[in-house]
Amino acid sequence: MSTLTKQNLFEGFLETSFAGFESAREEGKTSFLNQGLPTLKSEEYKFTAITKKLEQSLQNVGAAKSFEVSEAEVKAAIPAGYEGAVLVFTNGFLQKERCLKVGSLEFSPLSEKTETPIGSIAKAAKDPFAALNQASFQDGIFIQIPKKAVIDEPILLLSFNKANEGQVIQPRTWIEVGDFSEVTFITLNVNLSEAPFFVNKVVEIKGGLNSQIRYYRIQNDGKFAIEVSNIETNLLKDSRFTSVNISLSGEMVRNNLSLNLLGSNSEGNMYGIYLLNGKSHVDNHTNVDHTIPHAESNELYKGILADQSRGVFNGKIFVRQDAQKTNAFQQNNNILLSENAIVNTKPQLEIWADDVKCSHGCTTGQLDEEALFYLQARGIDKTQAKGLLLFAFAGEVLEHIKNDSFREYCTQLVQERLGSKF
Amino acid sequence: MSKDNQILEELTSKEYEHGWSVNFEADEAPIGLNEEIIRWISAKKEEPEWLLEWRLKAFKTWQSMTEPTWANVTYPKIDLQSLRYYSAPKQNNKPKSLDEVDPELLQIYERLGINLNEQKKLQGIAVDAVLDSVSVATTFKGTLSKLGIVFCSFSEAVKEHPELVKKYLGSVVPMTDNYYAALNSAVFSDGSFCYIPKGVRCPMELSTYFRINAANTGQFERTLIVAEDEAYVSYLEGCTAPQRDENQLHAAVVEIYAAKNAEVKYSTVQNWFPGDKNGKGGIYNFVTKRGICAGDHSKISWTQVETGSAVTWKYPSCILKGDHSIGEFYSVAVTNNYQQADTGTKMIHIGKNTKSRIVSKGISAGKSQNSYRGQVQVMKRADNARNFSQCDSLLMGDRCGAHTFPYIDINNSSAKVEHEATTSKIGEDQLFYCNQRGISTEDAVALIVNGYAKEVLNQLPMEFAVEAQKLLALTLEGSVG
Repeated sequence: MSTLTKQNLFEGFLETSFAGFESAREEGKTSFLNQGLPTLKSEEYKFTAITKKLEQSLQNVGAAKSFEVSEAEVKAAIPAGYEGAVLVFTNGFLQKERCLKVGSLEFSPLSEKTETPIGSIAKAAKDPFAALNQASFQDGIFIQIPKKAVIDEPILLLSFNKANEGQVIQPRTWIEVGDFSEVTFITLNVNLSEAPFFVNKVVEIKGGLNSQIRYYRIQNDGKFAIEVSNIETNLLKDSRFTSVNISLSGEMVRNNLSLNLLGSNSEGNMYGIYLLNGKSHVDNHTNVDHTIPHAESNELYKGILADQSRGVFNGKIFVRQDAQKTNAFQQNNNILLSENAIVNTKPQLEIWADDVKCSHGCTTGQLDEEALFYLQARGIDKTQAKGLLLFAFAGEVLEHIKNDSFREYCTQLVQERLGSKF
Repeated sequence: MSKDNQILEELTSKEYEHGWSVNFEADEAPIGLNEEIIRWISAKKEEPEWLLEWRLKAFKTWQSMTEPTWANVTYPKIDLQSLRYYSAPKQNNKPKSLDEVDPELLQIYERLGINLNEQKKLQGIAVDAVLDSVSVATTFKGTLSKLGIVFCSFSEAVKEHPELVKKYLGSVVPMTDNYYAALNSAVFSDGSFCYIPKGVRCPMELSTYFRINAANTGQFERTLIVAEDEAYVSYLEGCTAPQRDENQLHAAVVEIYAAKNAEVKYSTVQNWFPGDKNGKGGIYNFVTKRGICAGDHSKISWTQVETGSAVTWKYPSCILKGDHSIGEFYSVAVTNNYQQADTGTKMIHIGKNTKSRIVSKGISAGKSQNSYRGQVQVMKRADNARNFSQCDSLLMGDRCGAHTFPYIDINNSSAKVEHEATTSKIGEDQLFYCNQRGISTEDAVALIVNGYAKEVLNQLPMEFAVEAQKLLALTLEGSVG
């Protein structure tokens, strides 16, 4: 249980809001006040002292305001070779006039879509930060993909964050994908802040029947970013959702990713890498909820940790009583490169049905000496050989990015990181 | 199918074999828990002042603690004030040898198949039998004492070897450790004490047999095993309780201390009354077991076969403090009907080049819940730590649950830690394969389950392995349809 001071941190916040979503906000507020900010005794935040971090870093809590970005800045931030639509946000607010190649894409600020049932997928009661966002999100976006639409090029959600010390950015995303549609989202942040700030983000994705959704995300926000994100999606019959999450830096990052498999023959895939150095702290909590028979989930998270970084992984597979014939697989591998790096991992299975195949595996170790020797024996110097092996380790996750140019972009980022630092 | 169901019904309706109780006069403490009771117990056992103080300190600590709720088990709140904390069979004088022990008491153990008579030397196991709160008999004392081995009841140890008890009591499981350990420290009644001096290999298996007989009593025993440098001992523990409608509490503490090059092997076959098929009655088994590999190259190995208890809450752990020390944990946990088990281990790597191995096999049937909860922690200085964990679950019936909560906390880059877990049911193809070769479904299930648990059963001393296999068969055969 949290003390009052800890809630006070955000108390002023709970009152500021625009018109609309009154009942959802009220629900969020009640839920947040009920839950309080997590302490180290909260099982879900055992290894991530987010409250302490927030208290230390956020002196004057206030909402970050929208600001202008130039077209040149936007263009510079787009990955090379990227062709699709670009939606631009500054501190979580949509900048319609800066968006590129949007064509017929249906989208609008969330504040204009007050009928949206926010909080119906990412429930406030599940996480105090989801509740806080629901109570006091500033704005966000509503995207609708119509039925039977196959969008080849991904949609890029490009966020510029420039917050003063202690400011809070709380965007909220609602995505609806129609039946039989296929779409890819990429989220990318550009951090312009030079003082500690806090991003508390919620993304709700409502997939249609037989829809295929891919959600790729790069987190590279540098040493001032404290971020909590709650991404949750519902999968209906025959649909498929794939998430690839690449974390490269951040002061303290907590990702909650939840998939609810609600229709048979649905498939949820979660892939991630965290390549950390400095004092970065990244915590990935994933949750797959198998509620129906004949669904499948796959999960692979890999971490390479250097310096004083800390990686936390908590993967939960929940198979309900009715979810017979479930296949659920989970894997988490870590490599520690430095004396002071820490890994806390907890792959968790909760199985209430009997006719299932579930497994999880988890390893923590070093590079294979023999493989290293093999490469060195062939004239590759040790640093290069190490980089090569580490890339091979991380590369397994990158393979799940379907879009070629984006995969190439990520590959380069990862290679750069592994070559330069490790 | 119908045949399977029939077998299943027969088996699940099978009564708990050790569910009888014997009426005899007992020396009992008044119901309730307060300082007076603790003084009463201490006085009853003629304990020295320091131990009473230790108990009272533990009681104070306990009062400031709250009952843990994190385990994946649900049960009605236990009213600790309504329990009796001491119950001892009345014996006029302390028996000097087995011949003087009340034949009725001996009969209890005869019925349990425990041999307290030294005549049956062939079996070669030294037994300390604990009934309710006190140790009733210890066999083979003479043979053991020639080697300098101390194997006796805890109360005797307090009287005869106070310096040893004082030195090691609470050194592995401090009284502040957890709610039930603190409670145990305050009210523990008896238990076994075992001391293996330097360089001695204990020539026989040592065994403790626990039995709760009286109603409305909690059993709080304490076991302390100390193995000095280069010593070796293999220790067995068994337990049963009569069948009663009320739940009974069993909160024991086991401490193991292994010095340099010492090896301790601790095996448990836990068969407390699990409650009837409607989940009524049964033992609450809240046990703290921990060993410390204090010296270099020491080894502690836990093997457990858990088939009983209504609710189990038990995590035999190893603190690997000495360099090159080894910790092992082998477990088969079977739950049926409404049983709940939350069990696992902790391996704390502190010394360099330490190794640990965890093999946990959970089998859940009926409406039971079976959880593995474990932690592998590699401390900053534990260079080259190595761990391998395997946690498999087998599910029988669509009303049961199998859960895995492994915590892996690595703080050293040279650690190699592997963990894998699987959950599945017995494959239809496996059954078909057996059927095809003329093995009935019922036998095939027994075969597959025994094969599944073999890795753990192999670790048990022979005499126990037989009992464990029988128990497995009794609890499970035919429960797959």
